[in-house]
Amino acid sequence: MSDTAEDLTGVGIGRGLAVGPILRMPEPLPEPTDVTSTIGADAEKVRVAGALAATAADIRLRGQRAGGAAKDVLDAQAFMAEDPTLKDDVDARLAAGKTAERAVYEAFAAFRDLLTSMGGYMGERATDLNDVSQRVVAHLQGVAAPGVPDPSYPFILVARDLAPADTALLDLDKVLALVTSDGGPTSHTAILAREKAIVAVVGAAGALELADDQIVIVDAVAGTVSVAPTEAEQKAAAATIAARAAAADAPVGPGALADGTHVPLLANLGSVDGALPAIEKGAEGVGLFRTEFLFLDADRAPTVEEQQEKYTQLLTAFAGKKVVVRALDAGADKPLSFLNDEPEENPALGLRGLRALRANEPILRDQLTALANADAATDAELWVMAPMVSTVEETRYFTKLARELGIKTAGVMIEVPAAALLADRILPDTDFASIGTNDLTQYTLAADRLLGSVASFQDPWHPAVLRLVGEVGRAGVAVGKPVGICGEAAADPLLAVVLVGLGATSLSMSPAALADVRTELARYTLQQAKEFAEIALSADSAVEARVAVLAAASSLTTNNTESE
Amino acid sequence: MADRSVTIASVNGLHARPASLFVQEVTKSGLAVELTRGEKTMNAASILGLIALGLQHGDEVTLHTDGDDADGVLDGLAAFLGTDHDA
Repeated sequence: MSDTAEDLTGVGIGRGLAVGPILRMPEPLPEPTDVTSTIGADAEKVRVAGALAATAADIRLRGQRAGGAAKDVLDAQAFMAEDPTLKDDVDARLAAGKTAERAVYEAFAAFRDLLTSMGGYMGERATDLNDVSQRVVAHLQGVAAPGVPDPSYPFILVARDLAPADTALLDLDKVLALVTSDGGPTSHTAILAREKAIVAVVGAAGALELADDQIVIVDAVAGTVSVAPTEAEQKAAAATIAARAAAADAPVGPGALADGTHVPLLANLGSVDGALPAIEKGAEGVGLFRTEFLFLDADRAPTVEEQQEKYTQLLTAFAGKKVVVRALDAGADKPLSFLNDEPEENPALGLRGLRALRANEPILRDQLTALANADAATDAELWVMAPMVSTVEETRYFTKLARELGIKTAGVMIEVPAAALLADRILPDTDFASIGTNDLTQYTLAADRLLGSVASFQDPWHPAVLRLVGEVGRAGVAVGKPVGICGEAAADPLLAVVLVGLGATSLSMSPAALADVRTELARYTLQQAKEFAEIALSADSAVEARVAVLAAASSLTTNNTESE
Repeated sequence: MADRSVTIASVNGLHARPASLFVQEVTKSGLAVELTRGEKTMNAASILGLIALGLQHGDEVTLHTDGDDADGVLDGLAAFLGTDHDA
């Protein structure tokens, strides 16, 4: 065994394993020191002009490579590097005797502070300015611009946490695994890892102390990073990786428990492009189709016709299968200026989900109309659900409006504890419920899911969260309505079994998680799943619940093997 | 020398994307163009200046330039600002 004292522990995402050399995400450049230029203002001016032009050209090139929405953002960044007002400011600082590095740093910082003080949308542009500033300074110093490493060999990326801007340009084919020192199971890194089936351990304290090119084993099941694996350990890991790859290629069938109880396994999708890969991985339909992609990057809502075209493509790809579409879910982590641009102290508790749609009913009406039209023109089984429903009254509102506009099956998402507790009143007024475990966990534990400092609370294994899921499951059985799960919890194979034990009738997840969940479900009967649920509910904490169910499950698996 | 007064038509104001497109138009003209709102005058080729000005839908601005084909250039730029780029 390697020196276990040095092994790192965090939260593993998925069930994968990876072995390889690590590369660290470069740290931001240090602030240039404020010393007097030794070469004089004129020479510094020439240096600055060259660095600004080269940086702008480099950013434009990256924009062309990235395409799409990233190109617009990067084009705007290129104009920032070429900005004449900024250049004047830099030149004035050079005339005062500053070095090129310091003058660039100060000029960008001044603009950044100005934008930050304006708040809201302007404040977000401050991040762009920081990025441009770092790139210009790196160019002046002749060092690598901070950014994603791009070596010629596969590697394990180690970072504090990854931002969408970092991952947009990441060559995922070369990334064996992601390890972060900060961030929790719902951080951007974790979501990316689940979506792309990349092995990841997040929140592994001490990860930043690892040296580049050091070989490590990343074990997502155990949530560990072994920092000095022996050759034997590396070989064993490689064998496990090969065995998993073989299992993933095995033929797929519908999701079912050991006793034959059918548990449809559905895909969470965020765009139409994901449809074919999801079907290839054995998705029996779509359990959560996020429609935000149609609205993000847009300054206005798309027209009925524009939406209808996309929905028709989606429903055509899933002909004969169930497709659950979520109405636009804006707010909190995904603000849309045309829905709500009022600054809020607590966006997660603000005008979001169905609340925001209701305040902008024409947008909701357009979306439901486009969906109904697409449904009429295709053969998929379309279900539509409202995000973040809190009350019976909201349920009635949405069901009535959806029916009026021609939606045949309308449901609600249960993400708010109030809705879970009153599921027996809510379900009679709707066709189905789908539990969004990420938000349900956030609201139950009162911990912002985007905030690293409270990430440890964001664990759907928490018995309080499971009890709420159980309430909804029980209500579903009592009124005879389906209860799906469409949060990240369904992608955790053992937790998926517990959720079925609590009454979930279908599970929806990132397509990459389907194979592992399918395998796990097939190991247990419905009775056993219910026993696991009882065990988890009687635990005192998320950690205890996970450990207790794991123990019960492995004793069953051992017994099964012995009896064969 | 030419001047044009124009009202910002974009529903969400001149935020980063339309500002970026506008700067592209100004740069293409090759002329030094000034943009004035109220007391404040700035270089119209400055995306940071434009963003910091926080131009909103309905804001009245004046464009000014000297040089060749000043009228033609300003007609084009005024038309750009007078178009709703959020539509």
